[in-house]
Amino acid sequence: MLEIKNLHVEVGGKEILKGIDLTVEAGKVHAIMGPNGSGKSTLSYLLSGREGYNVTKGSVTYKGRDLLAMSVDERASAGVFLAFQYPIEIPGVTTMTFLKTALNAQRKARGEDELDAPRFLKLVREKAKPLNVPDDMLKRALNVGFSGGEKKRAEILQMSLLEPSLAILDETDSGLDIDALKVVSEGVNALRSPDRAMIVITHYQRLLDHIVPDVVHVLSKGRIVRTGGKELAGELERTGYAEFAA
Amino acid sequence: MAAVRETVETVDRVAGEKYKYGFSTDIESERAPIGLSEDTIRYISAKKDEPEWMLEWRLNAYRRWLTMEEPTWAKVEYPPIDFQNAYYYSAPKQNAKLASLDEVDPKLLETYKKLGIPLIEQQMLAGVAVDAVFDSVSVVTTFKKKLGEVGVIFCPFSEAVREHPDLVRKYLGSVVPTSDNYYATLNSAVFSDGSFVYIPPGVRCPMELSTYFRINEAQTGQFERTLIIADKGSYVSYLEGCTAPQRDENQLHAAVVELVALEDAEIKYSTVQNWFPGDENGKGGIYNFVTKRGDCRGDNSKISWTQVETGSAVTWKYPSCILRGDNSRGEFYSIAISNHFQQVDSGTKMIHLGKNTSSRIISKGIAAGRSSNTYRGLVSVHKKAEGVRNFTQCDSLLIGPKCSAHTVPYIEAKNPTAILEHEATTSKISEEQLFYCMQRGVPAEEAVALIVNGFCRDVLQQLPMEFAVEAQKLVGISLEGSVG
Repeated sequence: MLEIKNLHVEVGGKEILKGIDLTVEAGKVHAIMGPNGSGKSTLSYLLSGREGYNVTKGSVTYKGRDLLAMSVDERASAGVFLAFQYPIEIPGVTTMTFLKTALNAQRKARGEDELDAPRFLKLVREKAKPLNVPDDMLKRALNVGFSGGEKKRAEILQMSLLEPSLAILDETDSGLDIDALKVVSEGVNALRSPDRAMIVITHYQRLLDHIVPDVVHVLSKGRIVRTGGKELAGELERTGYAEFAA
Repeated sequence: MAAVRETVETVDRVAGEKYKYGFSTDIESERAPIGLSEDTIRYISAKKDEPEWMLEWRLNAYRRWLTMEEPTWAKVEYPPIDFQNAYYYSAPKQNAKLASLDEVDPKLLETYKKLGIPLIEQQMLAGVAVDAVFDSVSVVTTFKKKLGEVGVIFCPFSEAVREHPDLVRKYLGSVVPTSDNYYATLNSAVFSDGSFVYIPPGVRCPMELSTYFRINEAQTGQFERTLIIADKGSYVSYLEGCTAPQRDENQLHAAVVELVALEDAEIKYSTVQNWFPGDENGKGGIYNFVTKRGDCRGDNSKISWTQVETGSAVTWKYPSCILRGDNSRGEFYSIAISNHFQQVDSGTKMIHLGKNTSSRIISKGIAAGRSSNTYRGLVSVHKKAEGVRNFTQCDSLLIGPKCSAHTVPYIEAKNPTAILEHEATTSKISEEQLFYCMQRGVPAEEAVALIVNGFCRDVLQQLPMEFAVEAQKLVGISLEGSVG
């Protein structure tokens, strides 16, 4: 699904990622843990194609294609999804309108027919229900005045609707209380499938109690310094990142 | 078969009517001599078969105009207009018809396609000679019949001058006097044609009146004149213009629109203006100098302006309300989009004269490219106007680093009981918002359109439903090429 080789990335002239190697197979959930400033968010933005992240060395292959040569929206239509740590407000655009525009833009890019209003409405209600997203929230402008929990639920709703092949969850647990965390995690777990890969980026182990990863990586100072099974997360929770900081 | 026969009869009847009103071939082939003089005005008036009073009215305006100077206070720049080097009258069919759509600018056709405009309408808008627009003509006829049943008059202005002289004489120039301003005065002297609407007392006009249905009057020319009167307790919603760009060879447009709302009456006036804005290098384009004003003459009356301005190279336009009657209400909802080298100076005036009058102004200016977009507005409260309320909101959105947005609000309150609120914001489409939309699969230009439509939502909601859907598409099309 995704193959990252010796990836070096600069932001504003400063090297943030210093040679990342990472292979993610379909059906697997990889967690990337690390202290603040280790390059976790840089990796997520780089994979989704945000401007200002310059690759100086290395390659990223996604489903056999050169991911770095694709535009942001091309990557999205090819199944790369980023759940934002801080979802962006779009004033005046209802959540419903946004979802429909996004889904139909992707379908169009893939040469599929666009969904009409009734078919779309049926689909979105079906997806919204398990995430506790009421109709009222769908009618509000996207993320405007949403609570932390509502924003993250809206992100997972988008993911559920767009059915990506590679989902990157950037600090999805931040700003969530324990109940909201449960709802969001259940939403994510329901989307685990043999043909979908996930990269879960988090600072804390807490999220990984709910979304149990297959592989855990530790990122520090722009490099993956350790890789292990799910038990690595628990170990880190006890020892902290101190041993990687030096 | 019955339907076909009916349509054919309808076309015959309409064709016959045209003849009756004197659109004969000799007029069609004629054009007033170049330049502006009393002779030009006499020529126009004679060609329109106007009564003496109408000619006098025009001549008075012309004499007044000679003493006036072109205003320069707006934040727009354009080369001096040579008023003596223009034609002020050409018969409706004079403008050369094209033989087929193949002769039309492919860019224009592309826009029609994006707006989803049917082929037959594309031909009409582009000025292609159409043998007979069967469907549309029958629509027009059934439409006129329905209006006639409730006593609504909706006809070309020149027809109203002949058929309803009392109404025209009573109200023409009563809102925008011939001495009002340079362009309105010019219009008063040389106006070509336009719409006349009269809604009798207590009548709620059964349908939206649209200039679009007056297809036989499509070439109203560069000096359009519109007069709408809503008599006591009546209601009318009027739609002007069209989302599709129209082919037009006149560079200067100076229209006048007058609205009169008597006691308890309500007029809702919606405009979509999409004239040629000039190319991406700022060449060409229409100069649009419009005077639009409504008079809430009776108590409890209401006038509401909604405008979507996307075209023209230069726009100078301030649809206003005189709130004369007690408890009357004025509203102004505006979206003004400028791209490339377009210059917009637009806004409104709310003149509060009556007691407990209220007004609401929502203006959304969107500037892209190297354009300049100015909101200029006046809220004025006169001494005797007790209990006035106004709410003004001016939001500007900038796209790219080379455009500019300006807000010039004037507020004059001479009565201490007035409560006036003014809110203004200026924002940019953030890189974050664009990235977010694109990460969900929405291409850059579509993302801009989505964000801008969200920004304009409060105003778009004021438009009649079918208009609003087209206007949303238009917002996107107007901003094409604004992101790299």
